[in-house]
Amino acid sequence: MNAVNFGYMISVARGIDLDRNDLTSARELGDEMPEFRACIACGGCTATCTAGNLTSFNFRMVQTLVRRGEYAGAYREMNKCMLCGKCRLVCPRGINTRGVVMLIKRKLGDY
Amino acid sequence: MQAALSLAADGLKPVIVERSGAVGGKLRDWHRLFPTMTPAQEVLEEMAGRLEHAGVEVMLHTEVEGIGSKGVTLAEGKTLDAAAVIVASGFDIFDARLKEEYGYHVYDNVYTTVDIERMLNKGHVALHDGSAPRRIAFVHCVGSRDEKVNQRHCSKVCCITGVKQAMEMRELFPEAEIYNFYMDIRMFGPGYEELYQQAQQESGINFIRGRVSEASPTIDGRIQIKAEDTLVGRPMKMTVDMLVLIVGMKAAGGNERLAASCKGVTLAPSGFVAPKDMFAGSVETGAPGVFTAGAATAPKTIGESIAEGAMAAEKVVEYLKKAK
Repeated sequence: MNAVNFGYMISVARGIDLDRNDLTSARELGDEMPEFRACIACGGCTATCTAGNLTSFNFRMVQTLVRRGEYAGAYREMNKCMLCGKCRLVCPRGINTRGVVMLIKRKLGDY
Repeated sequence: MQAALSLAADGLKPVIVERSGAVGGKLRDWHRLFPTMTPAQEVLEEMAGRLEHAGVEVMLHTEVEGIGSKGVTLAEGKTLDAAAVIVASGFDIFDARLKEEYGYHVYDNVYTTVDIERMLNKGHVALHDGSAPRRIAFVHCVGSRDEKVNQRHCSKVCCITGVKQAMEMRELFPEAEIYNFYMDIRMFGPGYEELYQQAQQESGINFIRGRVSEASPTIDGRIQIKAEDTLVGRPMKMTVDMLVLIVGMKAAGGNERLAASCKGVTLAPSGFVAPKDMFAGSVETGAPGVFTAGAATAPKTIGESIAEGAMAAEKVVEYLKKAK
């Protein structure tokens, strides 16, 4: 049965609610690869990203959201990565960014 | 203290005029010092020991009214003859109650970084009811970089203090979630950036770029905070057990009295004493014979204040030679 269309809809809250988000996976990712937590959000990775220049992929944003427990779509987004590794060359914190991509793909495939 | 030590070493006779009952200022309340985690007491005892050894005269419980042409005017109308004066009167701590939206002294489990240092010194950090916090949030820039409370300057040492205390919390509460809400992270000193990275990577402290807009109580006595996670462009909220306000350095209340009493001494718009210039004359004021050391002129670290003490003493010696 179709839902009754009242001609309006209720907006879903777009805020990040850290009381509701399950941070277990974020914590596990950090434990497995502590450098994952060391991001200072400079955006160097995203600026140089081959995929990001052709698609809406924003590596910095997606991995930040993962650390906040916002996993939805992360796996799909990471599939845009071509693993060229330029991001790793520019990261001032020396994070193995390509490793982060693979880690997220391995751990968050269900989201 | 360092200025007096340097002057004594040069054969002069310095007198320390101290308002409180002991020398050392705010350092007496601090627990461990960033970025090396050196016990504050260690630094204090060493300096105080050297003062005693050098036989420097200290006048405790003595309030300074102002600086006149003959010397320093004290509270009971007495005058202390002095050929030169070094103003080392430091700073005031920002009164966190003025940021009403954070609920300091309104909600039980809102503390300042100063409260935390005192709790650490007592060896007992806990919530109001004595229990251990499971989730702790630090708010950076409380009373700094904020026109709303007339404190436009950056207090500069609070970022690293926030990092240090977050790491101390991690040591005390290994299972707790710890969040630091910042506007910018300013790691200007040697070893600071390294400590910040260690806090992120090894201590698992979560740094979120966004200013907490308000804190409100929840029905179960916890505190809900709101901010924007500006790195992802979305509003964020969470409930915490303990909220720590990282309070900034405010110009000392006595600076105005000093400027009013002493011709040539001027104040910067921030209320701190204005140095003669920012470079070669950074410990001199517009008044001949009146010098500064430490946080009287701007927020400074303990190391920087000690270095300025030695520098001010050298300028005094230079000044006295010329005056002869």
